[in-house]
Amino acid sequence: MSIFQLLNGLTFAALLFVVASGFTLIFGLLRIVNLAHGALYLLGGYIGFSVASRTGSFALGGLGAMAAIAAIGFVLDQGLLRFVRGHELRQVLLTLGFAFILNDLALVIWGGDSFTVPIPQVLRGGVRVFGVFYPIYRLFVLAMGIIVFASLWALLNHTRLGALIRAGVDDAEMVEASGVNIRRVFLVTFLLGSALAGLGGLMGGAFLSLYPSADAEILVFSLAVVIIGGRGSLVGVGVGSLLVGLLNTLGQVMFPELAYFVIFGPMAVLLAFRPLGLFGRAA
Amino acid sequence: MDRRHFLKNSAAAFAATSVGAAPWKGAFAQSGPIKIGLLAPLTGVVASGGKEMVEGVQFYLDQAKGEIAGRKVELVIEDDASNPDTALQKARRLVEQGNCHMLIGDLLANTGLAVANYVKGTGTPYFIPIIAADDLTQRQRIRNVIRVAGYSASAFTHPFGDWARKQGYKKIATISQDYTFGHEQCGGLAQVFTEGGGEIVQQFWHPLNTADFSPYLGQLADLKVDAIFAMETGADATRFIQQYASFGLKGKIPLLGAMNATDQSVIRTMGDECEGIIAAAHFAEGSDNPVTQKFTHDYEAKYGKIPSLYGFSMYSGIMWVAQAVEKLGGKVEDRDLLIDTVLKTELTGSPLGKTVKLDSYGNPIYDVQIRKVVERADGKYWNVPIATYPNVSQFWTYNPETYMKQPPYSRSFQGIKKT
Amino acid sequence: MTGRSVIGALVVLAIAAALPLVLSNYEVGLATEMLIFGVLAMSIDILAGFAGRTSLGHGAIFGVSGYVVVYASAQLGLSPAVAFVLGVMAATLVAVIFGTIAVRTSGVYFLLLTLALGMIVWGICLRWTQVTGGENGLRGDVRPAFLVSHRAFYWAVLVAAVVVSYAMWRFVRSPFGLTLLGIRDSESRMRSLGYNVSLHLFIGFTVSGFFAGIAGALYAMFNNFVSPSTVALSQSVEGVLMMIAGGGGTLFGGFVGAAAIIALENAVSAYTERWQTVLGAAFILIMIFAPEGIIGTLRAIVTRKRR
Repeated sequence: MSIFQLLNGLTFAALLFVVASGFTLIFGLLRIVNLAHGALYLLGGYIGFSVASRTGSFALGGLGAMAAIAAIGFVLDQGLLRFVRGHELRQVLLTLGFAFILNDLALVIWGGDSFTVPIPQVLRGGVRVFGVFYPIYRLFVLAMGIIVFASLWALLNHTRLGALIRAGVDDAEMVEASGVNIRRVFLVTFLLGSALAGLGGLMGGAFLSLYPSADAEILVFSLAVVIIGGRGSLVGVGVGSLLVGLLNTLGQVMFPELAYFVIFGPMAVLLAFRPLGLFGRAA
Repeated sequence: MDRRHFLKNSAAAFAATSVGAAPWKGAFAQSGPIKIGLLAPLTGVVASGGKEMVEGVQFYLDQAKGEIAGRKVELVIEDDASNPDTALQKARRLVEQGNCHMLIGDLLANTGLAVANYVKGTGTPYFIPIIAADDLTQRQRIRNVIRVAGYSASAFTHPFGDWARKQGYKKIATISQDYTFGHEQCGGLAQVFTEGGGEIVQQFWHPLNTADFSPYLGQLADLKVDAIFAMETGADATRFIQQYASFGLKGKIPLLGAMNATDQSVIRTMGDECEGIIAAAHFAEGSDNPVTQKFTHDYEAKYGKIPSLYGFSMYSGIMWVAQAVEKLGGKVEDRDLLIDTVLKTELTGSPLGKTVKLDSYGNPIYDVQIRKVVERADGKYWNVPIATYPNVSQFWTYNPETYMKQPPYSRSFQGIKKT
Repeated sequence: MTGRSVIGALVVLAIAAALPLVLSNYEVGLATEMLIFGVLAMSIDILAGFAGRTSLGHGAIFGVSGYVVVYASAQLGLSPAVAFVLGVMAATLVAVIFGTIAVRTSGVYFLLLTLALGMIVWGICLRWTQVTGGENGLRGDVRPAFLVSHRAFYWAVLVAAVVVSYAMWRFVRSPFGLTLLGIRDSESRMRSLGYNVSLHLFIGFTVSGFFAGIAGALYAMFNNFVSPSTVALSQSVEGVLMMIAGGGGTLFGGFVGAAAIIALENAVSAYTERWQTVLGAAFILIMIFAPEGIIGTLRAIVTRKRR
């Protein structure tokens, strides 16, 4: 694999990490498989695109996307999921229905055209790195992936909220029994997870563009990442993202015939023998 | 058929025969409207193209005041969801429940093939201005499927391959979406280019909806080629062109595109990444032909955007059918007669500014423009012709019988001449 | 089976058989689809409702049968009957493979694993163009000559649906089926009682796949066409929705759910393009207000009234 392809795989992995980390926070702590996560990504991208185009600021676009998607996450969790708490399958299917609605809403508002989030001037163009000419923006995505990882690591390991989340992933009942308002921790986590999806949408929207089926595609990748990496583990998501990102790029170059098989084959095998993924903990 | 439909149809038949003798008396309109079933992808991967298909048809009907040959037109629109199963289901609904006299539309080749397979059994006239699957007007021709105002995928890339050789390009690489439309476009180019002495260095095929072209761009950059031909449509085209520029290939290696790649539906949301890309097509919205200019101007005034291939093709397609129906005085119930008349009708007054007729296989013969993306005075980008190949048929300069003996273009057969 | 339910079943059957006499061709086609998807929904219910394992991979099993049927008929020139049998066998084989891999997981992981397996099948159908036609799918004239008309085919499907429903009904009421129920209610208990849970689930999966394969073969004959959409995730999702709308664990709710969803889709699409929103809203409303589905909720009401 050349440096070029390696960078491609890493950049894609970085984007996947941002999106999948949000997914695994929700899956890990709340045990909700949020199949609307892809739609949150897409909507975040569209909203970020509109804000960034109007204001001319990429950063504002990012903040707008995160805030808006956190709000939608709030609606999903407090408005809908609260009626099916504790019923795994119902939650999953409810989020799927929500995803359909969001996707159609996006189609109504932004239409079927493909949009690309405008890259700020300072991130345009490319540089010579390790002997290849590589777009600066993609390197930025790579950097963002690392920053998000570091931030989440700090959050989970050095803050009270993080400690509560980690404890909750292991045993939510115990945390509640020790007097903590677990509901609030759940809500904050859901909002954070959603916001990450929105951020991912903005970032991805600048180099992969936004279009009606982008939500399903990123969701499928996120599922693969989280299943391979394991429920509720940050390191797991990191490793999972790297594996999926690199395998995908490798697969496209060397085995274009096999498309998804390169990712789902190993994932199916892994799930069969290690149902909890590489770093997952039992529920 | 059951009683309800029998009565309705006999009434229509009676009305039709009683007016058929005097077709020029438009005042004696047929009973009931002409029902046209329009299938387009309003959701799914190519939703933006689908919407413009509907606009193109509606633009024509608005100009015609909702009538053809004095008879009212009822347009029934169904969404094929960019998906062949849905297309089939909707076609069934339009024909069996909606009693449409004819079907028109569909965008993706697989949806068109599914519907064509269905109308093969029902005999319903099906007009396909956008579906470009070569074989529907070649080896697997279905009589009631007619490509009015449409094109077969390889028809424009044949002359394009010739033009590329004339530019002095010796080596080309192609990258394309991996499905029939892509295989056929690349095949057309590859065959003529290699027969002219050129070499296809490598061909890349990627699945539809590839978000990340970086793996391919890396490989393309390393090849020593004179030009790259990119067969992309929709969102793939947008991404490819942007990533091509962001990886520094724009300006380094000339980019040739399929006309879908530089279509308005793709370039209108883009900036200077698309500038300078060259494609071959029958339609160039920036052409200085006065009829084309008027069409572009009026369309832009009405819909707020420069017309794309989809809008143009459907507009011309329904115009073609309307001209045939006018010759019949509005009588669409006789399917065989309708099909025969359409095959014999020449399209006049289309935005191409030139009369177009169908070859004996139901496929139009066009002047092919080699067109380039340039910036307009107001900062928007559009396609302007830089060269023309007159009267190009789907068979290029080959004898049709001989051409059809070679296999259809596919991934394994690209017409490449072995040296 | 009580006398009353036998009479009820016969009445329903008589109505179903008489439908083509009053409906238009198009509506007969819709009714045929309702029967076919009802069978699919029931096959999913065998696992979901009776064994507690909801699969998002049955669309793939269903679709594979369709592919084999069309391929055997159009490319190999085999007779419809032979093609049908081959299709069902292929579907069962896929179910065996899925089952072997998935049987050790449960709940959400089972869902995700079957989803992944379904995606692999979809990917193969999409990319193995020489055999599956890739994007374009496979076309053919699969029906035997005497079943070409809308009505004749409907009646044939009706007969098949009745036979297959009866078979599934007997299956879930058999001792084996009761074991599956036990597994659904408490796996650990069944294990401690000495049952080989994995084996039972594996057999249940295979049987479920067998019936999904029958539905798939019928669908191939109905459409004379298969494409990657037939094996896609959306097909699995629709199947699960139909099962749930009718009522998980009720078996015949599959027909009710299929009829409801197909009728709704047909009605809604005539007025608006926003079918996706309606479908999504239907999902949400069912999950919140009627998770037992139509039949399940009706049963609950009846039981409550009886008290």
